[in-house]
Amino acid sequence: MATQLVMYEEEFHRINAVCDRLTKDANAKVVFLVDKNGQLISAAGQTHNIDTTSLASLTAGNVAAMGGLAKLIGENEFPNQFHEGAKDSLYMTLVGGRVVLVVIFDNRTSLGLVRLRIKKASDELEKIFIALAARSSAPGAGSPFAEISDADIDNLFSE
Amino acid sequence: MSFINYSSREINCKIVYYGPGLCGKTTNLQYIYNKTNPETKGKLISLSTETDRTLFFDFLPLSLGEIRGFKTRFHLYTVPGQVFYDASRKLILKGVDGVVFVADSQVERMEANIESMDNLRVNLAEQGYDLNKVPFVIQYNKRDLPNAVSEEELRNVLNPRGVPDFPGVAPTGVGVFDTLKAVAKLVLTELKKGGQ
Repeated sequence: MATQLVMYEEEFHRINAVCDRLTKDANAKVVFLVDKNGQLISAAGQTHNIDTTSLASLTAGNVAAMGGLAKLIGENEFPNQFHEGAKDSLYMTLVGGRVVLVVIFDNRTSLGLVRLRIKKASDELEKIFIALAARSSAPGAGSPFAEISDADIDNLFSE
Repeated sequence: MSFINYSSREINCKIVYYGPGLCGKTTNLQYIYNKTNPETKGKLISLSTETDRTLFFDFLPLSLGEIRGFKTRFHLYTVPGQVFYDASRKLILKGVDGVVFVADSQVERMEANIESMDNLRVNLAEQGYDLNKVPFVIQYNKRDLPNAVSEEELRNVLNPRGVPDFPGVAPTGVGVFDTLKAVAKLVLTELKKGGQ
């Protein structure tokens, strides 16, 4: 069974900083980082008009479907995807086979610049996720839920 | 596969509604969506065909409240039930924390129920999960129809292991929240075990 994704304060801030910087460097509108299972990890830029939870879930669905298509034609994955819209476009990159970096941009920047900046950011993110995986699999890194009681769980459903 | 974020103090879990075509998976989600407070739910997303059959999945994010300072969020997904969408069903099971099997109580759907249950077991195994170990509940839906098989018979065929099961009439909400609560509880109990 896949291990669960655990995010710690320090790595969370480092990831947010990378996403913030990518938004500025690529002159993008929004940058998202999404777990392959559809959980939103980080969002930077003009996120106020976007339903981030839905975006995360649909990104994961899209990446999973394209991964399935890739396997059908003998590829392992399609690590990069570009979707061009009339105003806004969307670029998705798989990072470390585990998370998806999504950049939304318009004509104030160019696909070339976005790709260039994504490359650098995804290298940095990959390192952070390797560190994160090592940290959460280290002995003693238990779930915070080890402490909860059956009563805690019952209380959640009491109303 | 749950996602625990210590920084934002959130925990996210994924629950998948499985079952044969037209058994009422989407109806379960629609009922939950209609009956929950706007502040506790996100948008209900349905990727369906023009005839309202699920094409890829439905998705509903739901907040359940806090446990020990952690916000608990559940992401509810349905799979497309039609047999030929198997490739899509496999994808949706990735990273699942709990499964609800929605059975169609009508006698003529018995075979479809059994086929779908077998398909669930096989597809979970492909993702490295064992149906006997994953948090799992069953809903016998469409109890209001005249051609419904008895609950006992459904239980004999579909639930030999005796997991929590509930009679349901999804359009009117009978059993819908009981089913959801039961699976959510099992998922949280599993998380508790995982931390020990």
